[in-house]
Parts: sequence; C-alpha cells; structure tokens
Amino acid sequence: MNDALDVTLRLLIVFVVFLTFPLLVGQTEHKVMAHMQGRLGPMYAGGFHGWAQLVADGVKFAQKEDVVPAGADRRIFQLAPAVALLPYLLVLLAIPIGPGEGAVGEVVDAGIFFVLAVMGVGVLGSLMAGWASANKFSLLGGLRTAAQLLAYELPMLLTAASVAMAAGTVSLVGILDAFEWWWLPWQIVGAIVFFVAGLAELQRPPFDMPVADSEIIFGAYTEYTGLRFALFLLAEYAGIVVLCGLTAVLFLGGWHGPWGADGLGWVWTLLKTAVLAFIVIWLRVTYPRLREDQLQKLSWTLLVPLSLAQIALTGIVKVVIQ
Amino acid sequence: MSLAAAAVTAHAAGTHALAAHAAPSNGSHGFLSPTGVEITFLLVGLVTFGAALVTVTTRQLVHAALWLVVALGGLAVEYLLLTAEFIAWVQVLIYVGSVVVLLLFGLMLTRAPIGRSPDADSGNRWAALAVAAVAAVTLVWVVVDAFRTTWIDLDGPAAGSTEATGESLFQNWVLPFEGLSVLLLAALVGAIVLSRKAKAEPGSPSVNSGAATGSSPSVPDSRNHPIGRNGASEGTGSGASEGTTPAEQEGAR
Repeated sequence: MNDALDVTLRLLIVFVVFLTFPLLVGQTEHKVMAHMQGRLGPMYAGGFHGWAQLVADGVKFAQKEDVVPAGADRRIFQLAPAVALLPYLLVLLAIPIGPGEGAVGEVVDAGIFFVLAVMGVGVLGSLMAGWASANKFSLLGGLRTAAQLLAYELPMLLTAASVAMAAGTVSLVGILDAFEWWWLPWQIVGAIVFFVAGLAELQRPPFDMPVADSEIIFGAYTEYTGLRFALFLLAEYAGIVVLCGLTAVLFLGGWHGPWGADGLGWVWTLLKTAVLAFIVIWLRVTYPRLREDQLQKLSWTLLVPLSLAQIALTGIVKVVIQ
Repeated sequence: MSLAAAAVTAHAAGTHALAAHAAPSNGSHGFLSPTGVEITFLLVGLVTFGAALVTVTTRQLVHAALWLVVALGGLAVEYLLLTAEFIAWVQVLIYVGSVVVLLLFGLMLTRAPIGRSPDADSGNRWAALAVAAVAAVTLVWVVVDAFRTTWIDLDGPAAGSTEATGESLFQNWVLPFEGLSVLLLAALVGAIVLSRKAKAEPGSPSVNSGAATGSSPSVPDSRNHPIGRNGASEGTGSGASEGTTPAEQEGAR
C-alpha cells in the first residue's frame, strides 16, 4: 500500500511540474522578450506585472471553437496534439532532480536511450498534423520538420553517447553519481552541440523554419484552433523544460553544486534548468531564422563532426585516466 | 517499394513475437497457468500482429506508416516485458523515431493523398504473401530451434539489461558486431557515392544550386528527385511534387 502511495505521489508531482513549469517558461518568455525589445510585455492580467496572462490565454483557447477542416483526415488531425505532447510527460518521469533514488519520478536503467527515444516520438505529432491538415503550408511545415529531425537527431545522440562513455553508464541517475566538476570543460563541446541540436529538434528560433510564420503561416499547426493549438504550444514549452533539464543533468552536473549538494541539490537542478531556459529565450530574441539549407549545413558540416570529435576526445581521456 | 518491405518485416516480426511467447509460457508453472506478464505479452503480441496486418492491407498510405508505428511500438513493449529494456528503447529510437520519420518524409515528399489510393494495390500481392509466409516460417523455426531450452526468469535480475547486453555483445559477439559495422559503413559510402553522381549529372541541380538562384532550396530540389514511386507514370509529370500533392489531396476526397 505504501508503495502504491509512493508511486502515486511521484506521478502526481511529475504531472504538476509538467503542467506548471511550461507555463512559467512561457510567462518568462513574455517578460524577457518584452524587456529585451524595450517594452513592458503583458501588464494587466492578474494585476502584478501581468502574471496571469497565460491563464487568461488558456481561458481564451478553451473558449474557441475546435475546428477540423472539411478536407482533413479527421482522426489523425485530432490525435496529433496528444502525440506531440505526451512524450514530454514521459520524459519528465525519468529526469532526476536531486541526489539518491528518491528524487526521480522513475529510475530507468537505460535512461539516456529512453529519454532520447521518447523525445523523438513527439515529432511524429508534428508530422501527423502537417499531413492530416490537407493544407499546402502544413505539408511544407511537416516536411521541414522531418528533414530537421533527421539532421539533428544524430549529433544529439552522439553527444549523449559521449557523456555515457565518460560516466560508464547510460542511466541518468548513474551519470549524476559519477559526475566530477572537471567534466564541465571536458564535455563542453558536447554540451553546446547537444543544446543546439535540442533547440533544432524543438523547432525553437533560430531553428524555426518548420513553423516560419512569415512564409508558411504556422507550418504544421496552421489549421489548428482552440485547445488543440494550445496543446501544441504547451508541447513546445514542455520541450524547453525537458531539453534544459536534460542538458543540466547530462552536462552541467544536475544536483551537484559548489555547496549544499545534500539538502539543496534540487535547487541546483532547477537553477541550472532555469538559466538554460533563459538562454533559449535569449536566443529567440537575438538570432534571425536560419534558412533551410543553412540549417542542414549547420548540422551535417559542423555539429556532426564536432560531436564525433567530442566522442574521440572522451575516449582518449577515458583511456588515459584509467 | 520500401514500405511494403518494411511492412512485411513487421508482419514477420509480429509472428516472431508470438512464436517467442511459446517458449517461456510452458516454463515452471505450466502452459495453462500463465502469469500476468505472460497474459500481457500475449495481448500486446495480438495488438502488434493486428497493427502489422492493417499496415500491409490498408489502402491509405500514410495510415499504413502510422500503423507501422503501432506495430513497432508493440514490439518494443514486448522487449520490455522480456526484461530487454535497452533493446526496447533502441527499437523505439531507431524504428519509431527515425525509420518511420524517414518513411513519412518520403511519402509526404512524393504523394500522400488524404483518403484511399485506389492504385495502392500491388499486382505482386500473392508473391508478397508467399515471401512473408516463408520469412515468418523461417524466423519461427530459427527462433524456436535456437531458444528451445532457454528460459527467461522474469522475477530475477533483468537478463536483458544494458550491462548484460553490452557484456555479451562485446565479449561473445564482437566479430559479428564489427562485421555489421563494416557493412553499415559500406552502405554509407555507397550512399555518398550515389548522391555525388547525381550531382554531377547535367540538368539536375544540386541542393545548393537552389540557394544560389535565390529560391527556397528545399522545394525546387525535390522536383528533380522524386523518391520511390515516380510521379511521371502517375501523370503528374515533372511538375513540383509539393505543388501537386495538396491538389491530389483535394482531388482524392
């Protein structure tokens, strides 16, 4: 009975995190973008600096009519948002937030593979949406999504493999247990490649060619309205949380910190995740969109060689220190 | 066509999964008193098998690819139930995350009408069925023959954990592993050679030439490289595949 209670509690906590953290990132994005662009951002909803703006947005989305285009493939069109969103919920289960086995939703033996595999499934949602909408812009968006995923999956996997080699395990909990501070300079190239490839997989600016709103409206999500559209947006922000959490755990040492690692480990994890999320927003405000060919070129001619070099470096150092 | 081949593989694999069930079920507690895991295994196997059947029989091309996702995901669950966690996640990563995405990419790039495609049937139906049946029988025979006396202890330590898989792969099976690596390398080099040849041909611009003329590179490039089923024989001519595909979608409903 105690076990069941424990599991339920964990699932509940992960679910609450899944529902609130993306909204936090979204609200931060509103405000940070506004201030970087010399304006205030939302100021009215909720009173204090527009803190309830996203709640108001949610109410607005819930009130809108849920339209399925007449020419669309109805079932797949309706299923797509769920396929895009649910994988991130599953991934959150496996990300350890503090030391010990108690601070993770579910210990997964092959954690890295689980996380990357399930994240890859989420992209199917965009593809389904792009095809089932029966819309040229959506189809183009779906195509670009697929091309982008195929290009950036490889560097992401390779750099994650580099960390796994360094730690000698593929379990996320095990990687954190093995972490030393000097991994930071050792794996820094891998960290950057992983983060950039993750951004591209989430289709965040500057890698937002698949949803480029100034040329193909909103890519695969063009035909969506109301709650289903909100689910896609939520998937994007949940993806930011997951990517930043993963980068923090794999490359930045997760709950390790200069002090207070015993009781306050989870604060370090959250802090690192928050800083990374801020960088994600910062990049959106700073960089222009990459063109499709530039996007492919960046992956195949820069990120893949860099990640291979990182693996070679990891291997050499690993052999030398043994 | 790669879709049919993949579907046949999934079909055969589905049968294979069912066959593998027969081995552990007449273990220590007999065939007629199955445990919860075994019942789940059988049910998931049935779902996988059904999804594989729909994959090869449906007339809607994209639906076939999506049912393939169900079939491959079902296989991953079967691996999980047999404690082979590492294999299960790799199955999801490679097949669902990459192969199916590639398949969908190819479909969307060439022709993916909404609704049924009347011409999606092949005249080779019986030949395909025969090949699938022979492949299934071979696989079942090999698996049953090879693992007749091997039992998986579902309650003990995981027999297929990452550590166990890695140790057996790199201690006992290094040579086949390296052989496969060389095979994949050969395929990679072959792909590069093929794409270079296509670039050198006059009249088929390279990926980057589209960028040089200032147009969006991904769109015009695909006109010259129809993947799989060629658009010319279907009457779409050499027109832009992106341009005609949504039109076909509208015409098909």
